[in-house]
Order: sequence, then structure tokens, then C-alpha cells
Amino acid sequence: MLARLNVLLLGLLAPALSFAGDAISATEKQPLNLHAIGMFVVFVGMTLGITKWAAGRTKSAADFYTAGGGITGFQNGLAIAGDYMSAATLLGLTAMVYAKGVDGYIYMIAFFAGWPIILFLMAERLRNLGKFTFADITSYRLNQSKVRTMAAVSSLTVVCFYLVAQMVGAGQLIKLLFGLDYTIALFVVGALMMVYVTFGGMVATTWVQIIKACMLLAGGTLVMILAMSQFGFSFETLMDKAISVHSLGEKILFPGSLLPDPVTALSLGLGLMFGTAGLPHILMRFFTVTNAKEARKSVLYASGFVAYFFNVILLMGFAAIIIVGQNPEFFEGGNIGGKIIGGGNMVAMHLAKAVGGNLLLGFLSAVAFATILAVVSGLALAGAASISHDIYARVLRKGKATETEELRVSKLSSIGLGIVAIILGIAFEKMNVAFMVALAFGIAASANFPVLILSMYWKGLTTRGAVVGGYSGLVAAVLFVLLSKSVWVTVLGNAQALFPYDQPALFSMPLAFLVTIIISKLDNSAEAQAERAQFDDQYVRAQTGFGAAEASAH
Amino acid sequence: MSSTSSQRAVYARIRSNPRFAELVSKRQGFATLLSVIVLTIFYGFFMVVAFTPKVIGQRLSEGSYVTVGIAAELFMFIFFWVLTAVYVKRANGEFDDITTEIVRDASKEVK
Repeated sequence: MLARLNVLLLGLLAPALSFAGDAISATEKQPLNLHAIGMFVVFVGMTLGITKWAAGRTKSAADFYTAGGGITGFQNGLAIAGDYMSAATLLGLTAMVYAKGVDGYIYMIAFFAGWPIILFLMAERLRNLGKFTFADITSYRLNQSKVRTMAAVSSLTVVCFYLVAQMVGAGQLIKLLFGLDYTIALFVVGALMMVYVTFGGMVATTWVQIIKACMLLAGGTLVMILAMSQFGFSFETLMDKAISVHSLGEKILFPGSLLPDPVTALSLGLGLMFGTAGLPHILMRFFTVTNAKEARKSVLYASGFVAYFFNVILLMGFAAIIIVGQNPEFFEGGNIGGKIIGGGNMVAMHLAKAVGGNLLLGFLSAVAFATILAVVSGLALAGAASISHDIYARVLRKGKATETEELRVSKLSSIGLGIVAIILGIAFEKMNVAFMVALAFGIAASANFPVLILSMYWKGLTTRGAVVGGYSGLVAAVLFVLLSKSVWVTVLGNAQALFPYDQPALFSMPLAFLVTIIISKLDNSAEAQAERAQFDDQYVRAQTGFGAAEASAH
Repeated sequence: MSSTSSQRAVYARIRSNPRFAELVSKRQGFATLLSVIVLTIFYGFFMVVAFTPKVIGQRLSEGSYVTVGIAAELFMFIFFWVLTAVYVKRANGEFDDITTEIVRDASKEVK
């Protein structure tokens, strides 16, 4: 149970995860919420307008993949925050603080602490070496076909698992918040995503994420201020009341059941920190800015917004203990302490309704929907880039495809990914998809991250090492999750898990590093020598940005 | 993605410039130091959570609900963010100035 909860929490960045837990089984179709739908229609209208504008500016491959590299650090920071903080960040983490107290805060710091590390170790090198996908970096001096194929396989695996988790979560959430049918909800999400990505490319996706981030920050802040006003804006008053009414009492101040042992804690920390640094849609955002300067600023702004919002959520969660937890209106049958209407993840929504009425509830629901759209669009774009830029243009056509051909393939890929997402979303409706986000993070941390960081830092890396190591990380992460409780027991119905932890990173990530390093060291082929010789030039470019992809002029 | 021969010449020039070695060692040293600080505090905190959870819930003073855990986390949110600001300021200022200078010199000499 504890382990399962961990996987669950791990995915709070992704909407699906929190719904996959207590809400999925408890999702009931709610009556149509007209405020929410009204506000959502306004959001969709606005974003479609932006997409139309963006379509006019999306002419080259660079426009499509990276918005021509012309996004500023501040805009990109907001967009990264928009990509990173999902509906489940809002709903799941508020619910966690509500139910478990300070445990939720401990999770939030784990979600946050990866960002400074990404800045210190990766941001400027990513920008200086990359162009459209992170495989541009890993294949910089290695065998294009082999390394790009490996990067594309693991990226698409990550994107697909993440997308499915998002789609299932989206369907459940929309059913819950808007009273729309699950299948209709999936078609709405899938169709809007295809329109944004296919017509507007990275420009539209970025602006959808920026608008959504602003809505999320504003909505959360408003709810927090209204809630805190009921306690005279005093943290002491709030906590005093929260502890006196919470069933756990003083225990909400202590770590509870979420981090039972050092292995779990460490594995979770590693998985979150380095998984984030290996997610293709997050990495791709670093190529949208003008230069390394702006890339660094993006992280500064993004992490500032994320840190701020997590603290808002902490206050919302504690306030909800009193405002929602003591109000019979929000419990089934008016039974305080019983089952919360709509499931545990609805705490943030109930809080919005309690402090701001139906209007604020509608706004926050629209925010949640917008959030899902922004995240799936980013994922679809990253997946499409892997297919068209890595597989089609570089592997199949060996770099001989024209820009028009590559662009056409990328648009077809985004439509394809949208269709796949809808189909998988429908197929997995009744399944517990909690493991999928753990898997996505595990693969990102084990297959993408080790090869990426070694390609930037280690001269000795060779094609053979990168390919064997990358695939081992991928296979190990998949196997560990498959044999863990969340799949082996929960999904497949076996009695005993063969792998005792739900988060694979602590094991699969060092394995990938080890294999990559050993195989590279053993590789004395002529190609390997040539690859090592090219590191010096790559190193200068990584450090100085000389020769880096430039922003296209408009 | 191979570089052109004129690019390679610039890369070679840059490499032979002692200012480049200075830039790299300064910036890398700084980034490594900051990473070590973040990782040590972060995993140190997680170890306290895992091994001595009682400490986390201890109050800083009688009659206050600000506990060691809440204070430590708030501190981490603020401190880590301040470190990112410190890095960005130095990298975008001092380090980028050296970078621009190195690249300009190398490009000039080649032409």
C-alpha cells in the first residue's frame, strides 16, 4: 500500500496519477457545470485564436519545433512552469496535504529540487548543443542512425506512457468537473491537442502553456487568499484549528506513511530529480530560447513560479482541513469525515466553491482542463519531433529530406499521436494507470538522462556504449516496474511482487550509467576513436555556444 | 552534425586560449559547488525524514506550529531558488562576458 502510494504520488505532475488512485474508482458523472464550461469555452476560443496567429508564423521546421528559437527566458519560464505543474499538482498535492499534512510538503520539495540541478549541470549545454530534440545532443559526435533511433525509441516510450496517463486522467477529471461523458472528453482533448500542435506548432503550444500557467497561478493564489482570510492570515491560527479538527491531530506535523524507508526515499528523490531532466517535452523547451543566457533565465523563472505555487498549495491544503473537512455539504450524505463527494482529489475544487462560490469553482475547473491540454500538447509535440526529426529526417532519409517533407511528417505524426492517445485513453479507461507515470519517469531517468549527461560531460562515450547503455536502462526500468507491486500485483493480479520497490530509478539509473561506461571503455574500434576525438570541439561549443543553433529571423 | 572547417579552426583557437580554460574551470567549479550544496541539503533532509522522522515535527518554539520540517522546507524552497538566481547572475554576467571575449578573439584571428 505504501509503495503504491509512492508511485501514485510520484505522478502528481501528471494529472492521471492522482485520479488513478482514489478518484478513478470513485469518478461519478457530475451534473453539467455551466460556469466551468463557459469559462473553458473562453479559454479554448482564446487559444484557438492564438493558434491561428501562430499558424501564420509557423513556416519552417525551426518555427514548428522550437518557435524559431525566439522565446524569451521569462516566457519560457512560464511555459516550463505550465508544462511542469499539471492539474494533479493542484488537485493531488492539495488533497495530499489535506489528508496527510506535512507529507505533502515533503513531496513538493522533491518535485522542486531537480530544477536547480538542471540549471547548474545542463541548461546552458542543452541550449548550446541542441537544435530540435535532445537526440541532437546525444548523437552530436556519435553514429546518427543508431543513437537517434535509441533516443527516439525511449522518448516515444516515455511520451506514450505519459500521454496515456494524461488522457485517462483527463477523461476522469472532465467527467467529474464538467459532467461530460468520458469518451467525449477524450475526443475534445485529443482534437484540441491536434489543432494546437499541427497548425500552431511550438508557438501555439508555448502560448497555451503560458496562458494556462497564469490561470493556474492566479486561480490558486485567489483561493489561497480567500481561504487564509478566514484565519486572519495567521499561520498559527490556521494550524491550531487544523490540528484540533484533523483525525490525525498533531501527526499531520510529522512525516507519515509516504516515505517508509531510505531506499524508497532515495529512489523517489533520484527518479523525480533526474526523471525531470530526461523528459523529452521538458528538454525540448530549452531549444525554444534565443541563447544560453535565456535558457538559464527560463529555469530561474520556472523554478520561482513552481516554488511559489507549491507553498500556495500547502496553505490551501491546510485551510481545506477546516473549511472543507468540517462542512457536511462536501461529504456524501452530509457525513463529516466520510467519503468526500467526487473523491479525495476534489478537495481543492470544494475549497474553491466554499470560499468563492460557483464562479470560482467554475474558474478552477476550467484551469484544470486547460492544464491538461497544455501538458498533452507539449507531449505530442515532443513525440512528433522524435518521429519526424530523428527517425524520418535523420535515420530514414539520412539528412536528405527537405524541410517541407520533414514538416509534413511532423504534422502527420502529431495527428497520429493524437489518434493513438484517444484510442489508448479509451482502452485504458478502467485500468489503474498509476504505474505509467512512474514508468515514464523511470525510463526518462534511466534511458535518456544517463546517455544525455555522459554525452555532454564524458569524452570517452562511444556509440556502442550509448546504445547498449540506453537500451539497458530502458529495459531495466520497464522490467522493474513490470515486476513491482503496481503492475505485477495490482494490474496483473499476482500475489507477490518480484521487485519490492515501485520506483525503479535507484537501480535502473546506475545500471544504465555502468553499462554505458563499461561498454564505451571496452570499445576500441576506429569509429570510437574518431568519436572521442570529436569531443573537444563539441566541448568548446557546449561551453561557449559558438556554432550553436541561432534564433531564426522573422 | 559535423562542423565546418572554419568552425573547427575557431574551436582550436578557443581551446588554446588560456582564458577558455579559466572560464571552464571557474564556471564548472561554481556549478559543481552549488550542485553539491543542493544535493547535500536535499538528501540530508530526506535521510532525516527516513531515519528520524520525529525531528521533523518538533516545534521551533513553545506555542508555535512552525516545526523543524516546515521551517527546513520553506528554507530549501527559498535558498535553492536564491542559489539559482546567484548562478544565473554570475553566469549571465561575469562568465558570459569572458565567453563573448574568447569567441570574438578567436573569430577575429581566424579571419
